[in-house]
Amino acid sequence: MSLLEARGVSRHFGSLVAVDDVSLSVESGELRAVIGPNGAGKTTFFNLLSGFFPPTAGKILFDGRDITALSAHQRVALGIARTFQITEIFPELTVMENLLIPVETAAGLRTTPWLTKARRAETEARVQDLLQMSGLTPKAERLAGELSHGDQRAIEIMMALALKPRLLLLDEPTAGMGDQETHDVVRLIRDLHKKERLSIVLIEHDMRVVFHLADRILVLAEGAMLAEGTPKEIAANEKVQAAYLGGVE
Amino acid sequence: MKKFQDWQGTIIVWALLLTMPFWIGHIGGYTTLGTRVVVLAVAAMSVNFLLGFTGVLSFGHAAYFGLGAYGAGLTIKYLAASSMAGLVAGVLLGTVGAMLIGLMIVRLRGVYFAMVTIAFGQIFYFVSFRWVNLTGGDDGLTGWTRMPLSLGPLSLDILHDETAFYYFVLACFGAAAAGMALLLRSPFGRTLLAIRENERRARFLGIPVDQHIWMSFVISAAFASLAGVVYAYLNNFVDPRAFRWDQSGDFVIMAVLGGMRSFWGPLIGAAIFVVLQDKLSSLTDYWMTPLGLFFVLAVVFFPRGVLGMLKRRRAT
Ligand SMILES: Nc1ncnc2c1ncn2[C@@H]1O[C@H](COP(=O)(O)OP(=O)(O)OP(=O)(O)O)[C@@H](O)[C@H]1O
Ligand SMILES: [Mg+2]
Repeated sequence: MSLLEARGVSRHFGSLVAVDDVSLSVESGELRAVIGPNGAGKTTFFNLLSGFFPPTAGKILFDGRDITALSAHQRVALGIARTFQITEIFPELTVMENLLIPVETAAGLRTTPWLTKARRAETEARVQDLLQMSGLTPKAERLAGELSHGDQRAIEIMMALALKPRLLLLDEPTAGMGDQETHDVVRLIRDLHKKERLSIVLIEHDMRVVFHLADRILVLAEGAMLAEGTPKEIAANEKVQAAYLGGVE
Repeated sequence: MKKFQDWQGTIIVWALLLTMPFWIGHIGGYTTLGTRVVVLAVAAMSVNFLLGFTGVLSFGHAAYFGLGAYGAGLTIKYLAASSMAGLVAGVLLGTVGAMLIGLMIVRLRGVYFAMVTIAFGQIFYFVSFRWVNLTGGDDGLTGWTRMPLSLGPLSLDILHDETAFYYFVLACFGAAAAGMALLLRSPFGRTLLAIRENERRARFLGIPVDQHIWMSFVISAAFASLAGVVYAYLNNFVDPRAFRWDQSGDFVIMAVLGGMRSFWGPLIGAAIFVVLQDKLSSLTDYWMTPLGLFFVLAVVFFPRGVLGMLKRRRAT
């Protein structure tokens, strides 16, 4: 059974069909890339998977369970975490607090009015791990909104990881990053995938990154599925070359 | 270092509050003026729990303030001549009211939320105005007073001793402040900050935002109704204006004036507001206009409030 399955999902905005009958199934431990030109519907597809809004048609299953009608926070509770293409963090809280909040919600503490010392030590240790993993430890006490774009993108990813998800949806994690930062993020994603066997769906514009990381690739164009397959198959696909790869780069 | 500065503020605040009856006379005030500051500070801090720490503007907190005030007054007048009974009843009435109204409004955001909260406050205002048999209508609820406290062998005459009453109010303030401070430092409190900072991100971290706003609203209203109880005790009187929109507006003004991102800001806002009101209303009955003007200027030039401005000075 697939971890995530989308069955013929569509999303209309008035007369615009942003996502048009897209199906996808992601196996546990798989890294799936979603590519496509600007406005192809990639982010909208993520919004459907993560529960930002419901699909106009189609079904979404997670772990065999129909989650189409579940709200965003219920899907998070099942283990689906996402990042946003445009950074969504808590700008006037410290980096530490940005990570502590998801650590605490993941630990089921969101309505807890006080913490025991032991619990507090646990959550703080977890935050320290995440800081270390992202190299943000020296900036832990800084306000997130004061940091560089690259650091904020890193926080964005670490907040999703702090949820200990079973499935991670990454929407252009390297958008706007410099070479070194991109390299760090790619290494982080590869480690999560290879070492921790985390299941990941990745939207990415940088083709080097996609072909380097992905097990399989889904290509969207104007909302519809253009192709689906291994990186080799996609690279050799004439439709993809014509509509996308050749056209852009 | 940051931790020490936090505590520094708290220590100064408490040192000043605990000694207020001893110094307020020397600077041209009087104990009851100090009591008034502390009473309204509870209300302003309750509004700020929602506004400053959850990012939700209620422009109708007088609804729960008024429910607390009437709940306490009516209980003492008709049910049990005890200040503690009145306090419990008032807070209960305000809290239950907020639970029910909260269910109807938590899906709203921003201006819509603020408008609907005003509307509910005005409903209570008109009901208390019209239901003369119970509330005394426009003349207010009279024929009762706060009662001396008796705790076993100990008794405290908060009715006749202004200083004793001040400390009673300060104890209520302390309980409210401690409750809010503890909550804000807890995981639950951090989910509220998360909602204030970025609702979308909060939702996608697994926080059911509407539910948490409801909880924050109810907690905040519980403290507002506590403020209403002690306000009624301060005056030995309640009238429908306790519910009215301008009363709600005053709370917001106090919260914003002092600095809505800071914990003690609303206390400072309440002090400025009450003192100005005291000085200006002795010059003219139309103190609302100069005060409103002052407020508008304050918000324009110091959008983060007095404390926010002081902090920035120190930082740069
Ligand atoms: N909430 C919305 N309301 C109306 N139209 C929308 C909405 N969200 C997306 N769209 C439209 O749907 C189409 C697909 O947008 P989407 O953001 O999914 O593309 P994308 O593939 O992520 O593009 P990019 O590579 O630029 O991020 C676009 O034409 C966009 O304008
Ligand atoms: Mg996009």
